[in-house]
Amino acid sequence: MSLKDKLLSSHLVFEDRSDMGSYVNNLRNDAIKVFKEKGFPSKKEEAWKYTSLNSVLKEDYSVFPKQETALEYKDVKKYFIHDIDSYKIIFIDGKYSSHLSQTTHAGIDVCLMSSALSKPKYRLVIENYFNKAASEDSLSSLNTAFSSEGAFIHIPKNKLVEKPIQIIHFSTGNEAATMLQPRNLVVVDENSHVQIIERHQSLTNNPVLTNSVTEIFTAKRAIVDYYKIQNDNENASLIDNTFIKQKQESLASVHTFSFGGKLIRNNLNFYQNGERIDSTLKGVTIIGNKQHVDHNTLVHHIEPNCESHQDYKGIFNDKSTGVFNGKVVVEKEAQKTNAFQANNNILISDKATINTKPQLEIFADDVKCSHGCTIGQLDESAMFYMQSRGIPKKEAKALLMYAFSNDVLSSVKIPELKQRITKIIASKLGVSLGFDL
Amino acid sequence: MSKYTEDDLREELKTKEYEYGFYTDIQSETFPVGLNEDIVRAISKKKEEPEWMTEWRLESFRIWQDMIEPDWANVNYEKPDFQAISYYSAPNSKPKYDSLDEVDPELLDTFNKLGISLDEQKKLAGVAMDVVVDSVSVATTFKKTLAEQGIIFMSISEAIKEHPELVKKYIGTVVPQKDNFYAALNSAVFSDGSFCYIPKGVKCPMELSTYFRINQAGTGQFERTLVIADEGSYVSYLEGCTAPSRDENQLHAAVVELIALDDAEIKYSTVQNWFPGNAEGKGGVYNFVTKRGLCEKNAKISWTQVETGSAVTWKYPSCVLKGDNSVGEFYSIAVTNNFQQADTGTKMIHLGKNTKSTIISKGISAGKSQNSYRGLVQINSRAENARNFSQCDSLLMGNECGAHTFPYIEAKNKSAKIEHEATTSKIGEDQIFYCNQRGIDTEKAIALIVNGFSKEVLNKLPMEFAVEAQKLLEISLEGSVG
Repeated sequence: MSLKDKLLSSHLVFEDRSDMGSYVNNLRNDAIKVFKEKGFPSKKEEAWKYTSLNSVLKEDYSVFPKQETALEYKDVKKYFIHDIDSYKIIFIDGKYSSHLSQTTHAGIDVCLMSSALSKPKYRLVIENYFNKAASEDSLSSLNTAFSSEGAFIHIPKNKLVEKPIQIIHFSTGNEAATMLQPRNLVVVDENSHVQIIERHQSLTNNPVLTNSVTEIFTAKRAIVDYYKIQNDNENASLIDNTFIKQKQESLASVHTFSFGGKLIRNNLNFYQNGERIDSTLKGVTIIGNKQHVDHNTLVHHIEPNCESHQDYKGIFNDKSTGVFNGKVVVEKEAQKTNAFQANNNILISDKATINTKPQLEIFADDVKCSHGCTIGQLDESAMFYMQSRGIPKKEAKALLMYAFSNDVLSSVKIPELKQRITKIIASKLGVSLGFDL
Repeated sequence: MSKYTEDDLREELKTKEYEYGFYTDIQSETFPVGLNEDIVRAISKKKEEPEWMTEWRLESFRIWQDMIEPDWANVNYEKPDFQAISYYSAPNSKPKYDSLDEVDPELLDTFNKLGISLDEQKKLAGVAMDVVVDSVSVATTFKKTLAEQGIIFMSISEAIKEHPELVKKYIGTVVPQKDNFYAALNSAVFSDGSFCYIPKGVKCPMELSTYFRINQAGTGQFERTLVIADEGSYVSYLEGCTAPSRDENQLHAAVVELIALDDAEIKYSTVQNWFPGNAEGKGGVYNFVTKRGLCEKNAKISWTQVETGSAVTWKYPSCVLKGDNSVGEFYSIAVTNNFQQADTGTKMIHLGKNTKSTIISKGISAGKSQNSYRGLVQINSRAENARNFSQCDSLLMGNECGAHTFPYIEAKNKSAKIEHEATTSKIGEDQIFYCNQRGIDTEKAIALIVNGFSKEVLNKLPMEFAVEAQKLLEISLEGSVG
């Protein structure tokens, strides 16, 4: 039985379990129809030209985990940014782990999607925001059809959330292969500010496929910083669909750090519904072996005087493949738009591949839009300079690569997170950087 | 002080009619509409082609029948009905001429109206012309001069008869019959075109040029051009076209193949000014062209194009950099106005070591037009030290037009160096202010800026052609240039 058939039949079971007739249930039923019609995307689709899901879809995934597993904090501590105080929403094989989590309802809601879906007091928020940003592509629809658990974050007006929120999805590998479909909703009201760190981590080498959807809504003058750490082991695949709807004068930034996993696809979509909005999309990708990372971004400039900044850096070793497909659309009304897009890549091995397609679609005349894209090598004279001053070749190389990715790192606003990522980069490059960053 | 503003310019652009729209009444022999194997055979027979050519056409036709018309380009148009087109039309008076005096005077008049009279060309520029009116070559000049050097420059139907070994060896090697829908169609029904062969070590003494022209109502034109530059030779080939004002859509599906053998260099320049449709977007030519060049060792192919016409353009002059140290270049200006749509760009396929490519593309959109750049830079795993530089700039006039960029970059070699940059902007108020301040009125200022914007590409055109290019830019963007 193909994964598609399995999912379709599992949905019938899933449907029986959930209460009929509710708002979300109708959405789920519509969504499964969309998925049934469209199926998994193939390479024939323009957006999937360079990424094939075939190798990922052939596993026999179990869609509903059978047993619950408990994890001890000391065993998984290293996956947390543990040296700062934070709210935590932790899932183990798709199930919420109250033991590891630290949620709150004091003034702000940092809790679970399942409780938000079931409790009447969240009904209004759910009906106003749930599935209002996600697009109707097949993978997002698939997630919607099975949406039941994930993080629910609602920050009311004028709140500065003083500590970051960590969302971590663990998979324990109890099943031979697991498919997870977390669904996150983040609603940030006027003048509020929140920082979120998201991570997916599998604890064994059993294959995992995560098809995640995150919807983020930023109201007037709200600020959201979202960080994604993708450093999973080599049998874990991730399809991350993130949709961000921004209202006027809001600031949203998403940083994606892709260092691991078998296949990672990031569908990152920004919609600017208001004036003077600022959107930032940044990412560092450092991969090797046969890993595959695909960044597929969209920034839709709908109204005037908005800005967007995209900066993606990639370092590719061994037989890895990197894809960047960035699209900026500037509508006719969106005059005075300032859109910038950069994608710089370094190929370290002859077997590595980069496919990049920075795309502009512009319908307004008074705009400043530019994109740049480079593929190149490390500067030999810089290497020579360092080596002539006694820095070994390996370290010199690492330093240059670190400097290369520093444009992205420098805008990370949580110092502990920055430090952690620096360490991951150093270990990826096989050196210990002897300076504090 | 003139009060000429961008709005005025826009207004002028809107109302600007196609100046070269007229229709010459030459008796034509036209085939019945529709396409089937019999028509393909009949075309081949009409042209007195050898058996292998007929077979080649039929093979292409069979391939074409199984293909689906592509729709991935960023253009919208009513798909042509391929069974409603007449696939062959030739001017009636057919004898070949050695001198211009023998040419049908009405035809000469046509060219005089276009301002590109053969006489003038002959005297001033020393350009040999292989004039194509409705698919059949009617005049070839300077043939003798060229023949002395061993250069073969003739219509492709003549070449099939006189130099079958060359045609057979090279036709379809760069653009195979099954390459794409329109290439297959062209391979099946191509009516005529130019053939050029430059022998080893010969530097062609003059610019070779062909003027294409659609002249018969409802006749699609299917040109086939084959240029072969043998080892160490050099040729500069010019192609330009205008078409009369007609209401129904006309289809133009040409195939151009360039072959540059070791150390050879081909410079191929195009000025395209097919009828773009009127201000309401009615009519206009569909221009679906496949152009590709193959570079052997140390060879160089340079494409330069000025695209101002056609209702729909779908064109990607490409270079396959097969030999080591080969060089590919692409310089383009695409101007769209009113309801024109252009989806154009290039493909640079790096296969050999130390290959280099440069892409400079300038798009100017006005009115309600859509202008897209679509390009591919591909570095294969064996292409050590490949180098590419791409730059695509767009200039938008008014907020009803669109500019799009679709650059595909695929690198499979670590020593590759690729740079791509694109910008989109309008004519800056500060730039105009700067000019105004120095006593240059706004109209002149816009002209200066647009000129400067396109300069990098205009500079690449051969001198004789640059004048024509300027002229065509004027028609498309009158009031802003010169």
